[in-house]
Amino acid sequence: MNVNQPTPMASPYGQPQPGYGQPGYAPLDGGYPAPYAPYNGPASAYQPGAPPQGPARGPPVSGAPPVSAPQPYNQYSHSRGDMQNGPPLMTQAPPRPAVPQSYNQGAVNLSGGHPSYSQHYGPPPSMQQVTNQMTGMQITSGPPTPAGPGYGTTAYSAAPPPSYTQAPPPASSAPTQPPPPSGPAASQQYYGGPPPPSQQPFNSSLPPTSQQQFTSSAPPPPASQQTFPPASHQAPAPPVSQPQQPFPPAQPPFSSAPPPVSQPAFVSGPPPPAQGSFPPRAPPPSSQPGSFPPPTSISSGQYPGPMPPHQQPPPSQPPPYLSGPPPSGVQMPPTSMAQSNHLPPGPQGPPGPPGPLQQPQSQPGMQGGYPPQQNGAFGQVRGPQPGYAGPYPGQPNYGAPAPAPAPAPPAQKRLDPDAIPSPIQVIEDDKAKSNEPFTTGVRGQAPPLVTTNFQVKDQGNASPRFIRCTAYNMPCTADMAKQSQVPLAAVIKPLATLPPDESPPYLVDHGESGPIRCNRCKAYMCPYMQFIEGGRRFQCGFCSCVTEVPPHYFQHLDHTGKRVDCYDRPELSLGSYEFLATVDYCKNNKLPQPPAFIFLIDVSYNAVKSGMVNIVCQELKTLLDYLPRENPEMDSVVRVGFVTYNKVLHFYNVKSSLAQPQMLVVSDVSDMFVPLLDGFLVNVNESRLVIESLLDQIPEMFADTRETETVFGPVIQAGLEALKAADCAGKLFVFHTSLPIAEAPGKLKNREDKKLIGTDKEKSLFQPQVGFYNTLAKECVAQGCCVDLFLFPNQYVDVATLGVVPVSTGGSVYKYTYFQAQADKERFLNDLRRDVQKLVGFDAVMRVRTSTGIRATDFFGSFFMSNTTDVELAGLDCDKAITVEFKHDDKLSEETGALMQCAVLYTSCSGQRRLRVHNMAVNCCSQLADLYRNCETDTIINFFSKYAFRGVLSNPTKAVRDTLVNQCAQILACYRKNCASPSSAGQLILPECMKLLPVYLNCVLKSDVLLPGADVSLDDRAYLRQLISCMDVSESHVFFYPRLLPLTKLESGSLPMAVRDSEERLSKGGVYLLETGLHLFLWVGANVQQELLLNIFGTPSFSQIEPSMTNLPVLDNPFSQRLREIIDSFRAQRSRYMKLMVVKQEDRTELIFRHFLVEDKSASGGASYVDFLCHMHKEIRQLLS
Amino acid sequence: MATYQEFIQQNEDRDGVRFSWNLWPSSRLEATRLVVPVSCLFTPLKERPDLPPVQYEPVLCSRANCKAVLNPLCQVDFRAKIWACNFCFQRNPFPPSYAGISEVNQPAELMPQFSTIEYIVQRGPPTPLIFLYVVDTCLEEEDLQALKESLQMSLSLLPPNALVGLITFGRMVQVHELSCEGIAKSYVFRGTKDLSAKQIQEMLGLTKPAASGQQGRPPAPQDAAASCRFLQPVHRVDMNLTDLLGELQRDPWPVPQGKRPLRSTGVALSVAVGLLEGTFPNTGARVMLFIGGPPTQGPGMVVGDELKTPIRSWHDIQKDNARHLKKATKYYEAMANRSAVNGHSIDIYACALDQTGLLEMKCLSNLTGGHIVMGDSFNTSLFKQTFQRVFSKDYNGDFRMAFGSVMEVKTSRELKVCGAIGPCVSLNSKGSCVSENEMGVGGTSQWKVCSLNPSTTLGMYFEVVNQHNAPVPQGGRGVIQFVTQYQHSNTQRRIRVSTIARNWADAQSQIQHIESSFDQEAAAVLMARLGVFRAESEEGPDVLRWLDRQLIRLCQKFGQFNKDDPTSFKLSESLSLYPQFMFHLRRSPFLQVFNNSPDESSYYRHHFVRQDLTQSLIMVQPILYSYSFYGPPEPVLLDSSSILPDRILLMDTFFQLVIYHGETIAQWRKAGYQEMAEYENFKQLLQAPLDDAQEILQTRFPMPRYVDTEHGGSQARFLLSKVNPSQTHNNLYAWGQETGAPILTDDVSLQVFMDHLKKLAVSSSA
Repeated sequence: MNVNQPTPMASPYGQPQPGYGQPGYAPLDGGYPAPYAPYNGPASAYQPGAPPQGPARGPPVSGAPPVSAPQPYNQYSHSRGDMQNGPPLMTQAPPRPAVPQSYNQGAVNLSGGHPSYSQHYGPPPSMQQVTNQMTGMQITSGPPTPAGPGYGTTAYSAAPPPSYTQAPPPASSAPTQPPPPSGPAASQQYYGGPPPPSQQPFNSSLPPTSQQQFTSSAPPPPASQQTFPPASHQAPAPPVSQPQQPFPPAQPPFSSAPPPVSQPAFVSGPPPPAQGSFPPRAPPPSSQPGSFPPPTSISSGQYPGPMPPHQQPPPSQPPPYLSGPPPSGVQMPPTSMAQSNHLPPGPQGPPGPPGPLQQPQSQPGMQGGYPPQQNGAFGQVRGPQPGYAGPYPGQPNYGAPAPAPAPAPPAQKRLDPDAIPSPIQVIEDDKAKSNEPFTTGVRGQAPPLVTTNFQVKDQGNASPRFIRCTAYNMPCTADMAKQSQVPLAAVIKPLATLPPDESPPYLVDHGESGPIRCNRCKAYMCPYMQFIEGGRRFQCGFCSCVTEVPPHYFQHLDHTGKRVDCYDRPELSLGSYEFLATVDYCKNNKLPQPPAFIFLIDVSYNAVKSGMVNIVCQELKTLLDYLPRENPEMDSVVRVGFVTYNKVLHFYNVKSSLAQPQMLVVSDVSDMFVPLLDGFLVNVNESRLVIESLLDQIPEMFADTRETETVFGPVIQAGLEALKAADCAGKLFVFHTSLPIAEAPGKLKNREDKKLIGTDKEKSLFQPQVGFYNTLAKECVAQGCCVDLFLFPNQYVDVATLGVVPVSTGGSVYKYTYFQAQADKERFLNDLRRDVQKLVGFDAVMRVRTSTGIRATDFFGSFFMSNTTDVELAGLDCDKAITVEFKHDDKLSEETGALMQCAVLYTSCSGQRRLRVHNMAVNCCSQLADLYRNCETDTIINFFSKYAFRGVLSNPTKAVRDTLVNQCAQILACYRKNCASPSSAGQLILPECMKLLPVYLNCVLKSDVLLPGADVSLDDRAYLRQLISCMDVSESHVFFYPRLLPLTKLESGSLPMAVRDSEERLSKGGVYLLETGLHLFLWVGANVQQELLLNIFGTPSFSQIEPSMTNLPVLDNPFSQRLREIIDSFRAQRSRYMKLMVVKQEDRTELIFRHFLVEDKSASGGASYVDFLCHMHKEIRQLLS
Repeated sequence: MATYQEFIQQNEDRDGVRFSWNLWPSSRLEATRLVVPVSCLFTPLKERPDLPPVQYEPVLCSRANCKAVLNPLCQVDFRAKIWACNFCFQRNPFPPSYAGISEVNQPAELMPQFSTIEYIVQRGPPTPLIFLYVVDTCLEEEDLQALKESLQMSLSLLPPNALVGLITFGRMVQVHELSCEGIAKSYVFRGTKDLSAKQIQEMLGLTKPAASGQQGRPPAPQDAAASCRFLQPVHRVDMNLTDLLGELQRDPWPVPQGKRPLRSTGVALSVAVGLLEGTFPNTGARVMLFIGGPPTQGPGMVVGDELKTPIRSWHDIQKDNARHLKKATKYYEAMANRSAVNGHSIDIYACALDQTGLLEMKCLSNLTGGHIVMGDSFNTSLFKQTFQRVFSKDYNGDFRMAFGSVMEVKTSRELKVCGAIGPCVSLNSKGSCVSENEMGVGGTSQWKVCSLNPSTTLGMYFEVVNQHNAPVPQGGRGVIQFVTQYQHSNTQRRIRVSTIARNWADAQSQIQHIESSFDQEAAAVLMARLGVFRAESEEGPDVLRWLDRQLIRLCQKFGQFNKDDPTSFKLSESLSLYPQFMFHLRRSPFLQVFNNSPDESSYYRHHFVRQDLTQSLIMVQPILYSYSFYGPPEPVLLDSSSILPDRILLMDTFFQLVIYHGETIAQWRKAGYQEMAEYENFKQLLQAPLDDAQEILQTRFPMPRYVDTEHGGSQARFLLSKVNPSQTHNNLYAWGQETGAPILTDDVSLQVFMDHLKKLAVSSSA
């Protein structure tokens, strides 16, 4: 712990410091009990920004000791104080999530977060308790009910934080008792009006909320069933009668966990103190009044229910709910809260003051709270507590629906869904906080979530649009990293498209000698290079080697040691930029030719009959005018070629001098070659007439074909050979329909065997059935031949094998099962248009260099690697992301942080050879808490999913799932053990930044790849598996947790707030839009209002809605217009066009739709969110014990 | 009785046959002692405007292994309506349709003047002629243009119902589909891959799924339909094909500096052969290959594409340094045999300044009866007119070409057939008349000659098997019957039967007669063919030695001399020219490879073994005409002494037609006297050889290289290399300056040759 202190302040960026390596740190690791460590870490981390507190750290040491439970408070106070485990967390957390703050408050004092704490206090405890209970089961429920009202109030206060948790409870409990009623109503209220006002009040609570959610969920049910709780934790109770719960076991854990502790944090506050506190916080007045009721409804409502129980229970039934509670109702809660902030300290209102200290800026009271949770650094930036507000609003939604639906009985047995962390809430919180542009200059600062719209200002680190990391504070040592199990990875999207208001990377030309690079590690010139000796040399930030500055690049330094031209040169001041590569960077030392696009169209019977051939040919006529170009004024230099094929290949000579195209048939598919050179790849403008004539004739020529067999391997070979012959890179667009069974290399057989699913042999189904395509892919990569595959299968086509080449060459696979011209044309054409038009680089090599201490060890995505460091991409388009995992190979220093530089050498679509460089610096921490405070769950999930989806190639899917669950449990357990303030083992305490980890992970586990339903074909799974591998964070996020929007009211300019993906959230009277990035559903409730129907469909009758429509009718009313706008904007956001499916409630198609309600139990046996959370809690407990 | 000269001439005119001996020695032993075997040059389709074909089937001997055709030499019992086969002595009844015959009412085939007769027979549906163009696109622009024009022109020469196909090749091989509308479609094959016929047919979509066969449907229509895509009647695709040819581009693949263009001749041929094999087996078809350079890749590759490695020369071959030679030769031989089996012939039109690999590819034409034409460029009249002449027509308006013929030889018992030398392949038909002693293509009594024209001449070699102690009956005659079935260019199936008889003579008692029956011209050509045939497989010097030995032996046998007295040596008139022929043969490019590329040698030999006697003799000993103011043009000795300043010489070597202006004439011409009215006679003198040359050009196929040169001109070498070097730098002064031009050579002159011959012939030790 002490250690930390030392570290603290080293100026991170500053000049190279010998100090880094120093032993000092090392000790730290060893020395610090995990818990403490975190604190320091954060402190230091932040501090860089706010050096001032250096001293504070010193004290921290002392902090360490504090371990004791009581400490929590202390901790809070210290927030940074090294001492307090709990608190520290808080401090860290504070920055972002307001929530934590609340807890902090108690401890806070020291830390900035304080203010928030105060507020939170109240709630936290309750929350925690609740949660505990929850876990325990709804234990409390019983009690709660009674308490319901009473609690409710308390809840409020506490609620805010706990609100979530509470809320849920209510729901569950509600049914049983008063709360429920109130709940609903109240909730609504909340939603409606309260939100804003309440927010603040809530805010304080909110923060907790998020955390609380977990707890809360637990609580509610438990509450009702006190018995459970007991069982779980405090057995005391009577346990429960509710043996019913299947989870019992699991629950117990929860319950135990629930102990409010974790959640309590949030909730905890609420309980008793809460009340007190609540009023105060919640902007007291408004919220309160409203809050009460509201709370009920929303969180409050719920809270009340649960909360009360808790609080009250505590006394009475403490055991049941929170084992923790009993001990110290208050404390307990805090602990729970602690997770993020530990705020449990609720009681520690006092902390408030400290809070301010730390993060004065950001939060007034409330914010303070948040900030703490976030990282100090961020916190400040985002300071705004909008977060709070957000949460509430979110809650409302939940509340409303939730409460109502929640049937009393079930409630008893279950955790209240509203009480567990809500993705929506987190998303909304983040949105609310991100009003200002995100500047990348501050090291270790986590960017806003992918779901948030924000602007980026490049100040020396790559924009999050290019790089997102799982952790912005990397553990200093491998031990820490191992202990935490948090994956260290970055998701890099090198050619990401930027919004129009952000300028694309500047192109830098260093002249004939090429980009300036470090002599030793070859890192490219970047802001991390330190100029010394008056500018005559520079020291590499990655390897510390000193390199001469070439004369033409020399520039004097100013008094701070910066080059005078620092801000004139993108490579010295920005995180992302491009170099013009010289001939040395080209294949064969020859400047590249402009790339070529080759269209290879299946013209077998199925292809013709489905209308695909006709559509493609028609579309190409216009599409060819939109080939990618860098300068919109100029014609594209991309050349095009055409091939059709069935069992044999037909090449076309479309030379401009010909009157008619010529067809060259190659039937020797066993040994593919390109039959012509001149006239195959042509400039579109020059050969326009011939091309059009060709495209007109292709459908005619094959209209009567009876050939059903196709080849596939030779098709790609043909394209490859053509590019080889033309000596250029390029892209193949293959339009293919069926399993290639014709006699030819790469011939496949149908191996779809559902019996293998679930067995150890399942993995073989994901592996290519022949090695041919791997070899082919390798050749393609060597030539820079990227393959995009459009599949139109009517049956099994073995995507696992066919996809090998696209996946290895940086291409994409599109699949249109049972393609029908009528219904799927639009989706296909939009995909095709986008695919053809999008900016793409060819023949790319990506290399990630890192500063000493870490190393890029593993890569996930669509590419090929022939050695361990170079990622080779035949093609790299703006939608492809590569996930890179880092491992320690030495110690890192807090002062210098960890640097990474991702350099992509590629040929632009105009044939220019370029180097795109993205730089990223993150902090290093010696306290685990800092790590947990600066994580990004979405990115972690992205990593996990890719990791797991690759794992199924070599392991049984069950093993893969178990590994995921284990790792996740370890992450959370580590946090609990080292960062959270002590609390009952029964409490589930989640780090603020990772409170969504369980829900998202569950989504990954339930995905078709890892847990297929009976109706999921092998091809679909293989397809998804490959698809995920190159997704960026925002795509993977929405893929795993779809966006579900209620459409009752639409306002221009803003989207309605999403609701959680659960059937319970759907109202029969509503219409919802669900988006996954691949699918788009419009769900229409059976009792939907006529007006709504008229507005959307132009028909007043539910039964007249045509379920086969793929586009909404164009109606001249604001609602329809806005809805279509929204749909269009969604489609525009995603890299693939989403076909709209209208799903009527209780229609057959609803099954498909339900599949995407990921919080519910899935038909294929996937656990519901609540169940999974219980399970996770159990796992964690096992680990802890 | 007419002289032998007349007899020979008459026989040649009637039967197209020239025998080395017109009296046959009656025993095997005697026959061997004659040195020159009993043999003949047979021109199966000798033009006989006076011989209308008869429209019925020939009458065959009923003995299964004989099947000889009824002929004028058969004994006929008109009453019993029975005829006796003169080969196997089987007695056969006449078929019912001959019921009305009698001594005064004889069918044509029994009349002596119809010893050669042609039958038109009905055998299956008539199949159209097929012409498949296989065109190299790795040509210079002008060459390709010229070739395209020639090809387009040829379309107008084809009979409208003939099927045409087009294959082009360069680095790749393209088979053009001719039936499709709109898009021009072609099937492409990689030029480096050896494909089996089956694969090719599959790839061209010519094989039908087994299903159709099962339904019992006749496969024929389908096959025809399928093949139609590539082989279409001229009248239907005339325009299409003309356009297609018009759009034909040079091979687009870049040829790096220092490289030859990649030419996939081997695969192109393989595809062509495979295509015809799959669609029209056993039908007359002509694959016409046009190449502008050697095959440089794939199977049949003759030379690599590196320009720094020159194509093999005789020197390389002798040093066994020709890497691709054996492999390529084997490849083309296999292809030629396949093609021959199906009755398809392959023509090679090679136009390039360097060699094009004829050495390796020659068998394609040699075995299938195809033409080989060699030129410098497709853009020369030599090629253009030669190509045009391929489609020349006879007095009936029919093409002078026949397809898919099978020639069968039947002999009377005393004779057996040893083999044939000519554009044929053995059909391996063993029979009683097949000798074990092979000469040329032997071991069979039937040969396939895929393509014939009226001048195609085969050398047939026989063996007398009659034992010495079993003399043939006095007055007995040996009989040989040639039965040639073929597809006439008007698609009729025809059978031409020539039945030839010669008297037996006892060599011991009638040696004088035999000697006088010697046809030295025929004998020279026949021996030359044997020599050339040997030269294909043996070392040049060995062949020369063999020839020399034969000559010496002949001289010993028939010369009159005193032992060891060369000056006493004399030969009778019937043999007097023979040694001279041999002298020129030894110097000819057929046996001498010096100064000739392997391709040229192959080319010359190709033509030598198929031309008729007259042409062959010209090849052996070119003819030389002299034009002067002193008289009408006269043939002069092919000797350096004939080269005089005031003469114009016209030399015809078959392959070249050289007009040589003597020194004085050349000066006059230069001075422009021919333009002056007062020197009209000089103008006429200059014109005379041109007119004569034109006449020769009219009938010659292939077109000879036409050379107009003068004293001191570089092209005069064509003349100087042919004439007998009677005056050389060695003996120049001994002979005085007025006579002729000295030849700078170390070659022996005819005089020296004769001296040696005499010496050896009279030597008792030989």
